[in-house]
Amino acid sequence: MAGVSEAATGHAEAHAHHPPYLQHHFVSAEQQFDAAKLGMWIFLATEILLFSGMFVAYAVYRVWHPEVFQAASKLLDWRLGGLNTLVLLASSYTVALAVHYAQLGDKKRLVQNLWLTVALAGVFMVVKYFEYSEKFHHNIFPGGNYAYEGLQLPYVGQFFSIYFVMTGIHGLHVLVGMGVLTWIALRAQRGDFSSEYYTPVEISALYWHLVDIIWIFLFPLLYLIH
Amino acid sequence: MATQTVATATTGQPEIHYLNHAKGLKSWLLTLDHKRIGLLYLVSVIFFFIVGGILALLVRAELFEPGQTLMSAETYNHIFTLHGAIMIFLFLIPAVPAVLGNFALPIMIGAKDVAFPRLNLASWYIFWLGALTMLVGIVTSGLDTGWTFYTPYSTMTSSGVTWVALGVFILGFSSILTGLNFIVTVHKMRAPGMTWSRLPLFVWGLYATSIVQILATPVLGITVLLLALERIMKVGIFDPALGGDPVLFQHFFWFYSHPAVYIMILPAFGVISELVGTFSRKGIFGYKFVALSSVAIAFLGFLVWGHHMYVAGQSATASTIFSLLTFLIGVPTGVKVLNWIASLYRGSIWLRTPLLYALAFLFVFPIGGFTGIALGTLGLDVPLHDTYFVVAHFHYVMVSGGLLAFLGGLHYWWPKMFGRLYNEKLAQIAALLIFVGFNVTFFPQFILGTQGMPRRYFDYVPEFTTLHQLSTVGSWILGLGLLLVAAYLLHSLFKGQPAPANPWGAGTLEWTHTGRIPSPHNFERTPVVTRGPYDYHLAEEIFGNGHGDERRTPTVTPAQGQAQH
Repeated sequence: MAGVSEAATGHAEAHAHHPPYLQHHFVSAEQQFDAAKLGMWIFLATEILLFSGMFVAYAVYRVWHPEVFQAASKLLDWRLGGLNTLVLLASSYTVALAVHYAQLGDKKRLVQNLWLTVALAGVFMVVKYFEYSEKFHHNIFPGGNYAYEGLQLPYVGQFFSIYFVMTGIHGLHVLVGMGVLTWIALRAQRGDFSSEYYTPVEISALYWHLVDIIWIFLFPLLYLIH
Repeated sequence: MATQTVATATTGQPEIHYLNHAKGLKSWLLTLDHKRIGLLYLVSVIFFFIVGGILALLVRAELFEPGQTLMSAETYNHIFTLHGAIMIFLFLIPAVPAVLGNFALPIMIGAKDVAFPRLNLASWYIFWLGALTMLVGIVTSGLDTGWTFYTPYSTMTSSGVTWVALGVFILGFSSILTGLNFIVTVHKMRAPGMTWSRLPLFVWGLYATSIVQILATPVLGITVLLLALERIMKVGIFDPALGGDPVLFQHFFWFYSHPAVYIMILPAFGVISELVGTFSRKGIFGYKFVALSSVAIAFLGFLVWGHHMYVAGQSATASTIFSLLTFLIGVPTGVKVLNWIASLYRGSIWLRTPLLYALAFLFVFPIGGFTGIALGTLGLDVPLHDTYFVVAHFHYVMVSGGLLAFLGGLHYWWPKMFGRLYNEKLAQIAALLIFVGFNVTFFPQFILGTQGMPRRYFDYVPEFTTLHQLSTVGSWILGLGLLLVAAYLLHSLFKGQPAPANPWGAGTLEWTHTGRIPSPHNFERTPVVTRGPYDYHLAEEIFGNGHGDERRTPTVTPAQGQAQH
């Protein structure tokens, strides 16, 4: 198929001195890199809008029932949330280092930092698991299923709906990020990247930073503001 | 394909083009070529259009007489809901961008493909995944909420809302990925010399659409996801029985769904610009205003969602502001319509089928637009809300925008897609039937609405019978016109006359710089653009180089074109 199309369009010679990572429909590596980066930024914008719906729901219900939100947020453990904040901030640092070493072409440190990021994301999920199971243990469920004896107020179910939906979707993003970064780490081990070509590392890191930033907003809104 | 037997004038060899360079089902299902993906979408949306169209005919047939005519009231609720949901999510939203946009946009800006071809193919698969998820819900338990899924009914009904909501969520990804792809493509993939002020207006329309797609669709995503969660685990955000707020659902829903109207209409505006420009041979009057008015509409479109909620318990202050902003949207829209008319004025009009659709649009769309302004006024909206006036307004905007522009664009790009012409006479008759049928169907609905006929009702008082019957007869004329289109297009596909590379004498790159049917990589060499899209006096590719009527073969390279300049 490729042979026919190349013959048809007269690109056969042009393909010869392209670097292997350059896709045929781009003119240059810069164009490919810029396109990938812009694409990821736009995707991040859609992610922010996805979460913005939930932030609006949070704002609306908080304004209507501030006292309920104050009481309910005390049921969340700020120490575990704080620990997770530190873990994610550290992972942002390691993924930034990964990009840095990718730019330098330092394969060993690139791979190390990618795995470190995946590991920190794993720590985050483990902490989250303990938080969730502790809530479930006390019958703290979203919305209509909320049945915790220790705090019975109207609309407290809404707080936990927002808590579970927001942190749940954020957690899904962490899992997706772990998958993506694992794949990037394997590719890095295979030697796919160099100081000329590290686009996948860079755009995955962008995604990972977004996951962190969303948590940076979730943590104070849900755990800290009383 | 039979087209491969047609030899080119230059080489005498069978042409190799995007349709025949690779064969077999696999070469289509795994294709990364934006043109082939456009055709995959074409087949898909036409399938859903036929389904939605049959449902529409059933709705009209039921309303032929008061009382039960064909089906029970419950069935009727399902049928009109399915008509709306299928037409909007599976036809109108993808039709122009994903079919015509995918096919034409990269060629129009001189690119070999969209920026992310794999993502492009993925969006088609995601489209089908979403569509099938919707269908699972529909087939197993139906859907009777109306396409707007208003709570609390949608949280209570036993119909398949959960599946359909998840389907809509998945479809949103398809829409987002197409929009993302187009924005990056327009920013990063333009050929040398293709400046922003030389972009064809269809590209501007798609660009504005894409902005709306990426900014609005995620909000719909989270809304329908919360709706599904409401049903699955009672989150209580929207359901008043659990302390939730159904008006919040309406805010969320319309924050997407009003901009979604512009997802359906902005690419249509772009198509109309191409048709008006090409068939009046004069260039678009006020190019910059037409281009930027698309962006202005995209921006303003985010600020008017509250005009759907005047009677939903929104504060009077909010309603007043939303009303004012709604009027503002009339300004860029008016700029477009007036500029198209000014473009036609004293142009060298060539009355072919695509232009007929554009003219039909120019007649029908302003009626939809002006009645939109009427509905945007606070006083008038209260009696007209939820009546057939709204139904008529919506169809005047969406059928003119979505359907007429899609058909116009399909007739315009058809020869480039398949290398064949269609029967012009039949096409003109069909366009006339569709125009007449459309107006006979929907104009009586304006009158019905002002007389108080509520929308979504299965039954009505006998006084409304004549107008309802007129409307139903109109739907048959419309259906007949569409059937005729299907017939001659199918005939053209297999038996149509071979089309020249530029049958319309258009000035944009997909006509001037590609073969009769584009090659897999679109161009032999990346074109160098030296003129605007509608500068017919500079377009020697169309009119030859002082040799009268001689049309240049599309193999002319831009470099040669420049040398002869």
